[in-house]
Amino acid sequence: MPLLQIENVSHLYLSKNEASVALEDITLSVEKGEFISLLGPSGCGKTTLLSIISGLMEPTEGAVTISGHNVLENREDIGYMLQQDYLFPWKTIKENILIGPKLLKKLDQEHSANAIALLEQIGLGDVLGKFPRELSGGMRQRVALVRTLATNPSLLLLDEPFSALDFQTKLKLEDLVSSTLKSFGKTAILVTHDIGEAVAMSDRIFLLSPRPGKIQKEFTIPEEVRNLAPFMARNHPEYNEIFQAIWKEMEQYA
Amino acid sequence: MPDENKVQALHRGYLQQLKKSQRHVWGYQGILFVLFFAVWEIASRLQWIDPLLFSAPSSVINMLFEKIQDGSLAVHSGITLFETVVSFILGTLLGTILAAALWWSPLLSKVLDPYLVIFNAMPKVALGPIIIVAMGPGLSSIIANGIIISLIITTIVVYTSFRDIDPNYIKVLQTFKAKRGRIFMEAVLPYSFPVIISTLKVNVGLAWVGVIVGEFLVSSEGLGYLIIYGFQVFNFTLVLMALLVIAVFATVMYKCVEFLESKLIRDQQH
Repeated sequence: MPLLQIENVSHLYLSKNEASVALEDITLSVEKGEFISLLGPSGCGKTTLLSIISGLMEPTEGAVTISGHNVLENREDIGYMLQQDYLFPWKTIKENILIGPKLLKKLDQEHSANAIALLEQIGLGDVLGKFPRELSGGMRQRVALVRTLATNPSLLLLDEPFSALDFQTKLKLEDLVSSTLKSFGKTAILVTHDIGEAVAMSDRIFLLSPRPGKIQKEFTIPEEVRNLAPFMARNHPEYNEIFQAIWKEMEQYA
Repeated sequence: MPDENKVQALHRGYLQQLKKSQRHVWGYQGILFVLFFAVWEIASRLQWIDPLLFSAPSSVINMLFEKIQDGSLAVHSGITLFETVVSFILGTLLGTILAAALWWSPLLSKVLDPYLVIFNAMPKVALGPIIIVAMGPGLSSIIANGIIISLIITTIVVYTSFRDIDPNYIKVLQTFKAKRGRIFMEAVLPYSFPVIISTLKVNVGLAWVGVIVGEFLVSSEGLGYLIIYGFQVFNFTLVLMALLVIAVFATVMYKCVEFLESKLIRDQQH
């Protein structure tokens, strides 16, 4: 059984002037340990779909289930990472990474030790007592990753987490996130408008077409590119082929 | 790259420059202080201004010592100080609680919106006589007078800050299944602490207005009473002395709030 199942999800946005269709009949499933990308231009409903998967938003039609349970009832298994770090500026790094376990009433020795160990593992062991403003953008986004992983979710939702970073930091962080998720066997869904990022990081890519958001095409990344770290994948000859194929497909709607 | 000694020398020079300009500011502040009182004293002695009306610094100081010695100043200022501190703390606290209620219930905030605007625009001291008749002449009606003057503006300012928080902070907490109460305590309230502290600063001044006006209307004790009594017997030295005491206390209270601010707010990002 797949870990995540999205069945016939459609969503309407209602406003004073109109009722617009944001998503139309999205159906897809994700196996455990897979890395999936939802790729599309802005306005194609990527973030809406992510909010629905996370259980923060109820779809107008259809259902999302994780390990057989509807996400609206059970979303403890899901971690959500936003475009910017959104670390609470009045909390120390330690308080920030432990906010998840605290809110889910799981703040015990084990969770606390795990989170701190993870922070050390990604090279930030010495910032526990510091405040977010004392850290660089890349460091803060790494702390946000630890905060998301601190509740030990089985599914990670990444909402363009690299888009606010400079290019060098972004490339480094792609490698870090990819290797961290692989080592813990996490399943992940990345939302992005960056074709290169999607190709370099994913196992499968769903290309969404805009207004209304629909699955236009599904791409499977070949084994030899998939097994490389994102930075190395960018240099593989096959990377360009897939990039071009996706580019052509996207051009149809431009 | 300039060598280490040169960098340090430049830095020392910069620090000295900073100190020098700070000394200049203090110097001018001192000169202004001395000049003001000297001109006042001279103008009064040479009858450029009416000494009966404007008194003189020397008479005010004499009066101050007199009132300290007979113990009456301590009584009067103690009462007024108590009333003011209680009303500015309660005004800020109740205003914040009201703002929290508005944040909690969007319906309530929509319903109350026009009434808040009207009540805020109204001169609250005009309610003084009604409050005094309703609550009886005494401490409680004076404190109520001090609270009412700051309550609505505090509510409006703090509520605006509650709504101002980036919704993504709330989203972060929602992904951890936080309910409205936790969202308020973990994000909305701490985000608004700097605003609450700054309304506290404004309310120090407003509470003095409310309390002094309250004392004008009703009391037989307090600095407001001294002012109104001095006015009635045409003793303006007494009025000015009371004003001087108020100025000193108001400044000290303001500084206390500033100190509180520096202790409470660990981060000043916004």
